[in-house]
Amino acid sequence: MADKRTTADAAVAQLADGMTIGIGGWGSRRKPMALVRALLRSPLKDLTVVSFAGPDLGMLCAAGKVRRAVFGFASLDSIPLEPYFRAARQAGAIEASEIDEGMLQWGLYAAALRLPFLPTRAGLGSDALALNPWLRTVRSPYDDREELVAMRALELDAAIVHVHRADVSGNAQILGPDAYFDDLFCMAAKRRIVSCERIVRTEELLARGPLQTLRIHRGMVDAVVEAPRGAGFTSCEPDYPRDEAAQKAYAASAQEPGGWDAFRATYLTETVTGGA
Amino acid sequence: MSSPDYALHEVCVVACAEAWRGDGEILASPIGVLPAVAARLAKATFAPDLLMTDGIASLVSNGVVEGWMPYRTVFDTVWSGRRHVMMGASQIDRFGNQNISCIGDHARPKAQLVGMRGAPGNTINHPTSYWIPAHSTRVFVPKVDVVCGVGYDRAAALGPSARFHGLRRVVTNLAVLDFESPDHAMRLVSCHPGVSPADVVKATGFPLVVPEHVETTRTPTTEELRLLREVIDPQGTAARELGR
Repeated sequence: MADKRTTADAAVAQLADGMTIGIGGWGSRRKPMALVRALLRSPLKDLTVVSFAGPDLGMLCAAGKVRRAVFGFASLDSIPLEPYFRAARQAGAIEASEIDEGMLQWGLYAAALRLPFLPTRAGLGSDALALNPWLRTVRSPYDDREELVAMRALELDAAIVHVHRADVSGNAQILGPDAYFDDLFCMAAKRRIVSCERIVRTEELLARGPLQTLRIHRGMVDAVVEAPRGAGFTSCEPDYPRDEAAQKAYAASAQEPGGWDAFRATYLTETVTGGA
Repeated sequence: MSSPDYALHEVCVVACAEAWRGDGEILASPIGVLPAVAARLAKATFAPDLLMTDGIASLVSNGVVEGWMPYRTVFDTVWSGRRHVMMGASQIDRFGNQNISCIGDHARPKAQLVGMRGAPGNTINHPTSYWIPAHSTRVFVPKVDVVCGVGYDRAAALGPSARFHGLRRVVTNLAVLDFESPDHAMRLVSCHPGVSPADVVKATGFPLVVPEHVETTRTPTTEELRLLREVIDPQGTAARELGR
């Protein structure tokens, strides 16, 4: 089996300007922040970000890396609104492809299955269609003739996700209560980067959790990055909860002049000392 | 008459709880603190079969984990229709179109809110109610800036594709409203104690259907007050959503 170990910066160096990048996790939960930090350090720009969004999207917006966001929401959970995303939106700085969160899942699933679209009722009658002229409806070919949203495949150039354990070839284990849509992000992407709290030997994986925790297998992964506390400050239960104090400081920085530069400097330095 | 032994937030909790009466064994999804207290009250009294999550990924009944409900299963449940959500609204119009996306022009909003989340999919797939803690013309507007939750006029235009659409009730700090009028325009059902229909009309930025007879919202029973104060919400967290 191939050894896919690399560093966050080396993995991100494989990406290019203008790419569409899917980011796993949910809100401020198990976000691949070590890899987001690498994106922040990189010269990458004009990215399209697809995310059930939290500080991942907020920080990339603050750093001016985002051209377009495909999202259903952006929230820090315990703090309802994502401050830097909010600022970017209110400055008109990013293109907002806002859709229902279930449509987002369906778009990833369609891409994963190499389908042009998947049908759904979600979005009908709402401005999710009016605001997104790239989305169309389709009529059922069966007797019901029902009109449905043809949720377009959200094909990703790359996906980044953070999990609890993985082996060197990318068999990845999610020990938390929710896998979110991390496996779909990987399946929808051409290049799949997985960071993990700890790299373990393959035979150790099942000692740590039941078979169902092995949600992502090596056929879905191109690069493995060991990144202890690699989701911080977002939560990575059961390994660690959200660092609410750090999140509060992040949110507060958005209210201060020069706040992002100060936060960015600290946040990126922490990574070096964290060994990721 | 002696002064009432209940507070406004307790009237609101009961009015929100009533939204789930008769729903049976479906997922009750309250968004926000007061609706969550309300759903727990409904489950503890007249709607014992309701399914509820802990907000993470567990189904919890009487403090015991009884099942697994990660987001993927929540989405499946939404589309299966076996759910009744109570959402908030930064704006809502006469036919129940709801906005939680942003205020102003979507390309460059005056105020970015949380985003449309699951509101489009919720409203087109299963029953939806709303909790609005500050009833005012800022929220009850003639036209919402972004349609997230789908209202009755838009649902009617969709025809059979909207056959699972249904808005049950809107509970505010002033009143209970629904859409049981001939064209499904919002109707005043009951005013909370001390509130007049004129107060509600004044706080609403569109013409409200006001029947000749408007009831007073049901006040909490002694047992409901005991449950709220001793078991479900001893810290009185529900009160904090009012008067902001």
